[in-house]
Amino acid sequence: MFNRMIKLIIASMALSFFGTLAYAETPAEPLWPTLKVAYFGDKVIREDANDLLVIEAPKRAEDAAIVPISVKSLIAQTPDKYIKNIHIIIDNNPEPYSANFELSPDLGLVDISTRMRVDQYTFVRAIAEMNDGSLHMVSRFVKASGGCSAPAGKDAAAALARLGKMQIRMRKPTVGEPVQAQVIVSHPNYNGLQFDQKSRLYIEAHYVKNITISYNDEQLITVDTGISVSEDPSIRFTFTPVESGVLKAEVTDSKGQNFTHQKEV
Amino acid sequence: MHILSLRIIGLVVLLFITNSYGCDNYSVNEVTSGIYYHQGVHEDASEKNIGAIANVGFIIGERCVAVIDSGGSYLEGTYLRQAIKKHTDLPICYVINTHVHPDHLLGNAAFKDDTPEYIGHEKLPAALAAREDYFARVFEDTLGSAYAGTEFIAPTMTVRIGQPVTIDLGNRPLTLTAYTTSHTDHDLTILDNDTNTLWTGDLLFMERIPVMDGSINGWIETTQHLQSMDLNFVIPGHGIASKDKWQQGLANQLRYFNVLRDEIRVIIDDLGTIDQASKQVGIPEQNSWELFDLYHRRNVTASFVQLEWE
Repeated sequence: MFNRMIKLIIASMALSFFGTLAYAETPAEPLWPTLKVAYFGDKVIREDANDLLVIEAPKRAEDAAIVPISVKSLIAQTPDKYIKNIHIIIDNNPEPYSANFELSPDLGLVDISTRMRVDQYTFVRAIAEMNDGSLHMVSRFVKASGGCSAPAGKDAAAALARLGKMQIRMRKPTVGEPVQAQVIVSHPNYNGLQFDQKSRLYIEAHYVKNITISYNDEQLITVDTGISVSEDPSIRFTFTPVESGVLKAEVTDSKGQNFTHQKEV
Repeated sequence: MHILSLRIIGLVVLLFITNSYGCDNYSVNEVTSGIYYHQGVHEDASEKNIGAIANVGFIIGERCVAVIDSGGSYLEGTYLRQAIKKHTDLPICYVINTHVHPDHLLGNAAFKDDTPEYIGHEKLPAALAAREDYFARVFEDTLGSAYAGTEFIAPTMTVRIGQPVTIDLGNRPLTLTAYTTSHTDHDLTILDNDTNTLWTGDLLFMERIPVMDGSINGWIETTQHLQSMDLNFVIPGHGIASKDKWQQGLANQLRYFNVLRDEIRVIIDDLGTIDQASKQVGIPEQNSWELFDLYHRRNVTASFVQLEWE
């Protein structure tokens, strides 16, 4: 897993070069063939896997800094056949590889959503990696937001002031029934691409790298996140508690800071 | 013959479309003695409207001139500068930016030769640094030829929150006030003390739907604060400048924000999503605002993620 992340980071760095080139081209410039090779090598990806996955994203990024993206599976997770990972790729973002959700077979149905920065016309892709290693992709095209909407934070001071504050939001669940929950962590998620005119330096990247969600110490979801994720990262998901217990979320950021929060359910 | 005349008509139409603004028909109106503004159109920025979508203008003192917001493109900046030169020979000593948005700031470079003091909120430099690359990429494309010459010029003098600054144009003091997060996290207002006229920047939108790029709670408080002020004239960031319409404008803005906030709070309490909120919230407001379809959902999205932390 570690090696894989390193590979992905290297690929991302290489691609940020292509990404820069793409800015000068038309929005339709197809980056995907290059991205596909960089992230998945020569593996076969089944496209338009609409029988397995549904991706939802607004047609137009209303606010470039906050674009809700959700992925649902049409097939229940079972120990024999389950989605092991969902990779989120946003082709035209500075770092296209945006998140890697690792999912437990105990999750029941897969229904996850998060919020991303999308600052120009782009394909948003979800690629499910099954436990047998096969890859299945669905995608959506998202138009850029209009006007003065920039993928920058609205109130950096406020976000920093509550850095690490967390919430777990959910209804009181019924044992054995699926329930929706949301984990949010307050974090500015600086992407490291912002230039400080005074110091003539780039503001250091400072972003959430991993969120791990577990129930009674059994891991449900662990997600590796990058700089595409919006300020105050949010993960919404569905799980089925088989007994009462403790839902716990642990967050690690790029400076090695850890934040945790839990809720008795 | 037919084809030729059609071609001529086509050419005339084309000229009109690509150049609906010329220096000669870029108009400024006098709000009150020595205060002029160009009223922006209620459209998204485009090459055709040269980005002239916000209210920009100037105040003439006995010694010099202050520009308040420089235009939505370098080209608009040059037209504004020419309009100033038609009204006075006095030098331009200040260019004040009410906030970072391109429609208020992309004309800054048109005033470089005047070597003015560029003034903004203490948080404007950081806001500009965070957005500059993005704005350059997007607006070069959006504005086409009107963009040529645009430079991002940061303030050379800043105003701190809680410490208003008075500058003098020669027997004409202006008070500059920096606000806590409202429309953005770096809004600045300009009060002309003699005529008791306030330039609100985008703290007030009239007719055009307000755009949330700061804090809904903060902007509600600031709108209420502006309502409590005793003013003779108000020049909003968008919409008409007036002696008697601005109170209604503030009331409309406050009503819209309260609808947004109340309805979003209900959805958050019910564990609803941004998507749900952007489909359900504020629909009765749609006939009250220009460009509602372009910006309302964005306002819901931006407000939602703030109200989650209440």
